[in-house]
Amino acid sequence: MLTVAVVDYGVGNIGSISRALTVCGAKPLLTDREEDFKVVDACVLPGVGAFGDAIGLLRQRNLDKILEDQIIAYGIPILGVCLGMQLLATTGLEYGEHRGLGWIPGTVRPLRPTCGERIPHVGWNNVDYEVPNPLLADIPPGEDFYFVHSFHFAPDDPANAVATTPYCGEFVSVVNRGNVYGTQFHPEKSQAIGLKLLKNFIRLSEES
Amino acid sequence: MLKTRIIPTLLYRDYGLVKGVGFDSWRHVGSLMQSIKVYNMRNVDELIIVDIKATGDGREPDFAWVNDFADDCFMPLTVGGGVTHVDHVGRLLEAGADKVAMNTAAVNDPALVTRVADKYGAQCAIVSIDFKRHPDGRLEVVTNSGRNPRGLAPAAFAREMEERGAGEILLTSVDLDGTFKGYDIEAVRAVSDAVTIPVIASGGAGNYEHMLQAIRDGGATAVAAASIFHFTEQTPAEARAHLRRAGIPVRRD
Repeated sequence: MLTVAVVDYGVGNIGSISRALTVCGAKPLLTDREEDFKVVDACVLPGVGAFGDAIGLLRQRNLDKILEDQIIAYGIPILGVCLGMQLLATTGLEYGEHRGLGWIPGTVRPLRPTCGERIPHVGWNNVDYEVPNPLLADIPPGEDFYFVHSFHFAPDDPANAVATTPYCGEFVSVVNRGNVYGTQFHPEKSQAIGLKLLKNFIRLSEES
Repeated sequence: MLKTRIIPTLLYRDYGLVKGVGFDSWRHVGSLMQSIKVYNMRNVDELIIVDIKATGDGREPDFAWVNDFADDCFMPLTVGGGVTHVDHVGRLLEAGADKVAMNTAAVNDPALVTRVADKYGAQCAIVSIDFKRHPDGRLEVVTNSGRNPRGLAPAAFAREMEERGAGEILLTSVDLDGTFKGYDIEAVRAVSDAVTIPVIASGGAGNYEHMLQAIRDGGATAVAAASIFHFTEQTPAEARAHLRRAGIPVRRD
């Protein structure tokens, strides 16, 4: 059975993601210890709350460096979920300007209503894509996933934008660069289709 | 396109699922765990689960119990009842809640909403507003399971809650709760117009047409309902189909 680290840095609905990974046939390991990250097959970076607080908590526990050395350097698949996806960016513009992990170049900006949309963006919305990506294998374009957020990730390189969602115009809802992945929506809360995406993610580590 | 959500509300006390009329005459309607499993299987959009006795008992939320029932939830889950402290929110999120509803505490201590939003994000800070309609038509916010009138208008209070960081408003008519007479559309409209955050209409749904009215005429972003699903043959899936036929965007089945 594959072991998937769930990064524990004091924020996040880590219970839900751990349960979803178990249902998908993986063994979740909730941890912030460097030794653990040396042996896991994949890694999930969860998160709720504000960008600045979250990145501060990661750095306090030296997790930015640990993940860089043990996960990114070895090409171990890592999936950022919701705020966890936003933390992958270079810069976050939530309550001031914050430096992110920088693993996928881009900026996290507030959603701006274009025709009276309510913020936060809460609920089920389409995830559209044209170019297939292994994370979305067997998931047809346009499926609904569950979102709850007020900010969005704008990648610098359009090639890192895997899928988009129509709200406040359109924003990027899935990012990917190398073995670094991120979803703005919550796969662990998106019923069967979300579990399928998590299975696809777990499968990446079998192939890498 | 963002889909309109249909959200079953599950109220419980002493671990049993209950439903009342006008926040009174509670009836036991089954097992909470069993209902959650069924709703998860039926692919509902979201669930709201509230411990209606916690505030009255002066207790904090039962985190272990939330952890148990969240086990069967691969869908968005809002948990309420007894939330008075920012740490309660952290512990509920850890237990598997995605959003936390604050009701009495939001009126008693409005700054709590800001503390929750600052620490865990506005997206998880739901303010649940219960209100009554006076004979002269005036609307008033009530707390403590509908018992205490608080001298606040729901629309103005909702706006204050948005300013303080709330990410969503759950608006419940105490008078119409459990009556099957339909939502208080005027109140839903007043609150929807007062805020730019999503508003969930609650209290009074008796049929699918009522849900359509709350969305189309009231401007609600989502509808919550309980009795209609407990006591009639009507289901969230059929509600979805009804709304779809009326041109409201809903999830595919």
